Amino acid sequence: MKGIKTTIAAAAALLAAGAAQAEPVKVGMITTLSGGGAGLGIDARDGFMLAVKQANNPDLEVVIEDDQRKPDIAVQLADKMIQQDKVDVLTGIIWSNLAMAVVPSAVAQDKFYLSVNAAPSQLAGKGCNQNYFSVSYQNDNLHEAAGGYASSAGYNSAFILAPNYPAGKDSLSGFKRFFMGDITDEVYTKLGQTDYAAEIAQIRASGAESVFFFLPGGMGIAFMKQYAQSGVDIPLIGPAFSMDQGILGAVGDDALGFKNTSNWSKDIDNATNKAFVETFQAEYGRLPSLYASYGFDTANLLLSAMDKASVSDADAFRDALRAADFNSVRGKFIFGPNQHPIQDIYVREVVKEGDVLTNKIIGTALTDHSDAYASECSM
Amino acid sequence: MFSLFLEQLLNGLQSGVMLFLMASGLTLVFGVMGLINLAHGSLYMVGAFACAAVAAWTGSFWLGLVASLMAAAIAGALVEMLIIRRLYNRDHLDQVLATFALILIFSEGTRWIFGSFPLFLSVPDFLTGTVVLGGSFEYPLFRLAIIIAGLAVAVGLFLLIGKTRLGIRIRAGEADRGMIAALGVDIDRLYTVVFALGAALAGLAGAFVGTTQSVQVGMGEPVLILAFVVIVIGGIGSIKGALVGSLLVGFTDTMGRFLLPHLFATFLDPSSATAIGSALASMLIYIVMALVLFLRPSGLFGTAA
Repeated sequence: MKGIKTTIAAAAALLAAGAAQAEPVKVGMITTLSGGGAGLGIDARDGFMLAVKQANNPDLEVVIEDDQRKPDIAVQLADKMIQQDKVDVLTGIIWSNLAMAVVPSAVAQDKFYLSVNAAPSQLAGKGCNQNYFSVSYQNDNLHEAAGGYASSAGYNSAFILAPNYPAGKDSLSGFKRFFMGDITDEVYTKLGQTDYAAEIAQIRASGAESVFFFLPGGMGIAFMKQYAQSGVDIPLIGPAFSMDQGILGAVGDDALGFKNTSNWSKDIDNATNKAFVETFQAEYGRLPSLYASYGFDTANLLLSAMDKASVSDADAFRDALRAADFNSVRGKFIFGPNQHPIQDIYVREVVKEGDVLTNKIIGTALTDHSDAYASECSM
Repeated sequence: MFSLFLEQLLNGLQSGVMLFLMASGLTLVFGVMGLINLAHGSLYMVGAFACAAVAAWTGSFWLGLVASLMAAAIAGALVEMLIIRRLYNRDHLDQVLATFALILIFSEGTRWIFGSFPLFLSVPDFLTGTVVLGGSFEYPLFRLAIIIAGLAVAVGLFLLIGKTRLGIRIRAGEADRGMIAALGVDIDRLYTVVFALGAALAGLAGAFVGTTQSVQVGMGEPVLILAFVVIVIGGIGSIKGALVGSLLVGFTDTMGRFLLPHLFATFLDPSSATAIGSALASMLIYIVMALVLFLRPSGLFGTAA
């Protein structure tokens, strides 16, 4: 039976012009669509699906499931997608603890994994894999830029704060790698923590010249509101995750002036980005966040590889992915040796455009920046 | 250092008082009706969303606060009359299943109405800023207001239960349901009132907490877990236990997060002290719960089942 199917498939492939392109690709997207981190996953999904819709490629099929930000559920979904749905490519995971639970076993089963966000250091160095591509960044990147910015802004000391999970650890080590001043305190909070009174009290007592915090999603909202109410006026610095477009509306004017580092911003000046921001807004009625931009780039990377190679020829498909021959919303886009991007990282400031709070680029923190783990990766 | 310590004590008190608003409703419903209500966190979310929506619409935080009480109480009363009423005579597993389903319904319903992105809710202007409490010791005014409001609600609740006719019925209901029904008390109405009261307290907590945190779908579940820890520590069904348990959990959690990393730093290098200290701090309340259960299996103020 299987033989007949293969024969028919081969015959069909011969008949179709451009056999490689006609091969369907099935993508499994595991992302966070409910619970505390839902805004991030929804943005990544919407960005991804926007590109899929624009390409209108009938050979691309996407299965989307909600991981609820729970590692066990993400693992179950990955197993189901690989065994039952027979996907070729997995993508979508937002949180690094979930990525660590899913990615190593998925790539070991010869599936491609394209990261729309999470990129823990463990997967960038010794644990790198030829089937694993991070389209977004390596976890440390934006925090390294924040450390560099804090030094160049003249801060001699910093109080640093992040959640206790893989990306939180990457965050603080990234910041410290590029920050020249003293670290007064280093605090890890619980992932999903909502009250920061105890930490803010320590910040008040620390006498630091700046505060660096990495608290994505709802955690960032809670921290920013409580910090503004606390009367502590030490300047805050963070990666874009602590102040993405989804958070700004909920924090309100207290966010104005906040400096954050990002590899994407809606005012990066290129035609692809301009069209992306406009079409995203028209399609979903809100401004895209950086997660949406990563989703959009990931889908376009995948589509570019589908144009060049058939997914059943893994080596050719991998080479096509490595070439990254697509128009990125970040302008230029190239992969480094460990298949993480080499890119510019900007400093942004929260501003008000009319009634809408958003981020605006005020400078470049790092140019053509790779990551600290690339040299440990042997592929 | 002394003012930092004092500030942390107040933070612990504030977190305990907020937990009490959640836990008192949960323990009341369990004590009077013998019902395990997992959907209590959803009522907290309803309160927060109602407050955020009405405050955004009218521009008044106070109307939002009233709306949070009303919305949670009405949602609670409706849920009790339509669904919960059918569960009193079922075993706890059925109750857990049905109220878990309610969590999903409330969450998806809220997402359907308000979307997946967090709503904006801020502190009213005159409560922003800090107050100086002697010397150089400053404390956020809003947190102080939450402590006072929460303690006022706690006193009100004790008076309600201890001094009023409704309170007598509630206590009688806890002691013997069959008997007070036989004495002519409309037990159905009493149950609806108690459930709505518990819901309103949760809604109020949601509104208070929503001003300092993120108003988003699923915000109720982490608090629900803490509230369960509180009532297990305090003794299920006891309001006094809920108060003591809330304060114990509030202080333990806050002081643990603050002191444990410092404690470990005295004999470990800074980075592992931070890692171990914060990991242990997030477990601390569960360790306390295990200890209490070990020493007093029915909780601090619980009556042996």
